[in-house]
Amino acid sequence: MFGFSLSKGCFNQSMDPRLSVIGRRLEKVENIIAVSGGKGGIGKSIVAAASALILAKNGRRVGLLDLDFCGPCAHIILGTDNLYPEEEKGIVPPKVNGISFMSIISFTAGCPWALRGSEVSNAITELLAITQWGMLDYLFVDMPPGLGDPALDAIRLIKRMKYLLVTTPSKVTLDVMKKELQVLEELKMNIIGILENMKRKESESLRSKLGDLRVPFLGSLDYDANLEEATGNVPELLKTGFARQLQEAIERFI
Amino acid sequence: MHEWALAEAVIVAARQEAEKQDFKKIAKIQVKIGELQQIDLDIFKFALENIQKIYDDLSLEEDVIDLEVEPSILKCKVCGKEWNLQDLTGRLKEDESEAIHFIPEIAHVYMRCPECGTPDFEIVKGRGVWIQSIEGVL
Repeated sequence: MFGFSLSKGCFNQSMDPRLSVIGRRLEKVENIIAVSGGKGGIGKSIVAAASALILAKNGRRVGLLDLDFCGPCAHIILGTDNLYPEEEKGIVPPKVNGISFMSIISFTAGCPWALRGSEVSNAITELLAITQWGMLDYLFVDMPPGLGDPALDAIRLIKRMKYLLVTTPSKVTLDVMKKELQVLEELKMNIIGILENMKRKESESLRSKLGDLRVPFLGSLDYDANLEEATGNVPELLKTGFARQLQEAIERFI
Repeated sequence: MHEWALAEAVIVAARQEAEKQDFKKIAKIQVKIGELQQIDLDIFKFALENIQKIYDDLSLEEDVIDLEVEPSILKCKVCGKEWNLQDLTGRLKEDESEAIHFIPEIAHVYMRCPECGTPDFEIVKGRGVWIQSIEGVL
């Protein structure tokens, strides 16, 4: 595809310029933490959103990126739905409860978004290329479930991501999380640790089940019956037992 | 303006490629712009010119960037019907059009196959901004 002469050269391959600026958009972000875990419904979004809120309350500069394009819900946890980014050499995430928050709901107006893998990839690339995050201490990325195109694109495009893996005491979620962990280790991703969510009984403790995994166990968050009520109400959310235990867990890796 | 971010991407990518290819100067950058993204060409050109000044080590000659708009083609995955953005003139609201301008795949939120009504279609042509080719002086 290359055609060179002595004095003139030509690069003649179609090139996606967006890939060249994604690193720049994130260069002033000190820590990028992906909250993942494989399965859906295990509390990734609430862990990501509440972690961001807790750190913002403690004076840190924090961002939250909801990358679950087909099932975005971080905005519901934050209790907001009218979010319009400002245009300034790209788009600037709106501030919600002290957090710079970016979600695809700014563009979908609450409507469902059904799209296939390659188009998800393009949309993720576009959003990362045009979002001006500015200076942040922490950016939490609420990852989509599974290890399909969106998760692999996030790994490919956001180079400095460290993984916080969430699971529940369920054998099913634990098994899926272990598989994700295996892939992340194979890809040499930085793993912060594993956080157990929705623990109901002491006997269920995950710590013993992690056995031979060489990954830090960050603690357990008990099932909190008040959490649903507090979802969407940030001051109430931050008063829950869930938030208190999460803060203790965060302090183990911040 | 959102065009700035895309224009910066074009300049940075061209600069990186020029370095890789050992170009002393860039003589021509061919940029294609998908119709679906509805880029304001005047704003985009303004942004390109200003960003070129920031990256003056590029040694870009004047009028080096050639912009071409690629018409859109959307194709239904279910019934095979093809259509384009022009077919929907006047049917998209301003805010819907603007959302597609930011992220072309948002078309799946506001468009349906005109034949069978499914949201399961693909953007075959005319999305985004990309570099078609770069000519340089060695």
